[in-house]
Amino acid sequence: MPTRTVTVGSASGLHARPAALFVAAAATAPVPVMISTAGRPAVPARSMLSVLSLGAKQGTEVTLEADGDGADAALDELAALLARDLDAEPDSDGAGATAAGRG
Amino acid sequence: MAELQTGLGVSTGLAAGPVHRVAEAPRLPAPVPVDDPAAEADRAVAALVAVATELGRRAGTATDPTAAEILRAQVMMAEDPVLHEAARARVAAGADAPHAIDAALAEHRAAFAAAGGYLAERVADLDDLRDRAVAVCLGEPMPGVPDPGVPFILSARDLAPADTAGLDPTRVLALVTAAGGPTSHTTIVARALGLPAVVRCPGILDVPDGTLVTVDGTTGDVTTGVDDDTVAETRRREQHRRAELAATSGPGRTADGHPVTLLANVGSAADLVDDVEGVGLFRTELLYLDRAEPPGHDEQVTAYAKVFTAAGDRKVVLRTLDAGADKPLPFLHAGEEPNPALGVRGLRTARRRPEVLRTQLDAIAQAAGATGTEVWVMAPMVTTPAEAAEFAELARAVGLPTAGVMVEVPAAALRAEALLRHVDFLSIGTNDLSQYAFAADRLCGDLADLLDPWQPVLLELIAACARAGAAAGKPVGVCGEAAADPALAVVLTGLGVSSLSMSARSVPAVRAALAAHTLEDCQRLARAALAAPDAAAARAAASVGPAAG
Repeated sequence: MPTRTVTVGSASGLHARPAALFVAAAATAPVPVMISTAGRPAVPARSMLSVLSLGAKQGTEVTLEADGDGADAALDELAALLARDLDAEPDSDGAGATAAGRG
Repeated sequence: MAELQTGLGVSTGLAAGPVHRVAEAPRLPAPVPVDDPAAEADRAVAALVAVATELGRRAGTATDPTAAEILRAQVMMAEDPVLHEAARARVAAGADAPHAIDAALAEHRAAFAAAGGYLAERVADLDDLRDRAVAVCLGEPMPGVPDPGVPFILSARDLAPADTAGLDPTRVLALVTAAGGPTSHTTIVARALGLPAVVRCPGILDVPDGTLVTVDGTTGDVTTGVDDDTVAETRRREQHRRAELAATSGPGRTADGHPVTLLANVGSAADLVDDVEGVGLFRTELLYLDRAEPPGHDEQVTAYAKVFTAAGDRKVVLRTLDAGADKPLPFLHAGEEPNPALGVRGLRTARRRPEVLRTQLDAIAQAAGATGTEVWVMAPMVTTPAEAAEFAELARAVGLPTAGVMVEVPAAALRAEALLRHVDFLSIGTNDLSQYAFAADRLCGDLADLLDPWQPVLLELIAACARAGAAAGKPVGVCGEAAADPALAVVLTGLGVSSLSMSARSVPAVRAALAAHTLEDCQRLARAALAAPDAAAARAAASVGPAAG
């Protein structure tokens, strides 16, 4: 079964907005995606409560797995999302951290 | 017929309109046998969906982006397919819909509570979902802040952060609670939103929804069953009062020109308004919350520079990281402390991780240098002159010339003179100073009377600091909620306090109160308050004299 292991990039961890963005993206994937942290059973990635309960922080390694048509593409997309620092990005899906205010 | 009740006025202003009470959480009824499990499971899921719909609607109209985000996260929890499956499984095992919902959420509740930090704070969100879904199952109104569709006066036993997160100040006219106190969450929120508020008014719970009432947040008077003319007249008076306040501006002064610097408490540049003389308390904790490790040097420089730039040529008093007690951080606090309010908090965290403070001071100095803003730094929770000396030395070593300490511990207040031999200023945090002087937990509603900022003993500790400041020729400010009470601001000025820092919204009323009193008036009222036997008598003694708006 295709899997991806990735380090959580968001400053606040897989909580709050980063968790909401991830769960929303997982819900639109064409195949069911599971997510796990080391040594714990995998949980459905489209379950907000289960994803929050992982307690993944910035730097925590998480593993995604899925099977079926489109699994590889879906996993690539979700892994890339997890690796980004979503807290440093503006509200929409725009790119780039804020550079303003540097002395 | 109109009937007068009196509570404790904690946020000035007048309001009139229908009262609507925050519905309380439903009690889980005794379990009932289920005849049709399929229909019962559908009922449980439908209740969760109804909650998601209602919270989604509220998220769409919320004015505060943080509140909207919390609500959207709650919507995703209520819509969670795993939760729906768990609720169905509980029904299949024999539970009725309310108990199935309760049990399904309880599993996650335990996981959240065990995880600590951010997740532990979300436990209240899960409880809110359960209460709402159970209320739907029982055919009761959803608990939480009502939405009657017209501007209204909100009443409650007490208000929790979850209740006030989505509070819309254009729909809510005033807050009246049965419990609470001068430092409770209700008070802080009311002042931040500029809403009149009365706490400790138990009779309000017996007033039926929709009853017309008037609220005076200065006197604490709540009149129920008033007529339409009284409502209109009260609103006219409030408009007049606000217009008068809006007309005041400029630096704080007594009627005879004695200056009292009026400053704002801020967490970010967004809290800073034009109409204040600077920042009296820049809380830097926000940057550190929800982190496994402290923020890096460059990130801190950027964040501080934003506030310094917004302040422009006005002074900014920055408080270094105040973690611990109700704000534990994983990189500073390993394990549970038996008594966190008396534990490693404030400056004491530097005993464990001195480099966290050094990095912060470095970043502050660099941001101050880059922006050219006048920056004063102060350490929280300082207890001894030696701690004050050590902090001042660290600050000056990185090129921050003005270093001070917060006075929150009675030991520090009683040795204010010794502290001032090492530092350039004192800032009194009245909320913590009362908590420690009266040995009363700030979060314990039952002890709110002990935490009343009018307690003559608290005023005496403040007076000791002000005397030490005058003798040393160094400024002594107050940055707790006490500074936001116009009548108390007059007394603090009379005690010799030289600056007052508060929610920006509270500044106009405080400015107006000061302008209505000469320094001699302030001193006379301060003497009367100090001589009073208790808080109520102090408040009464100080309200004689020129009207304080």
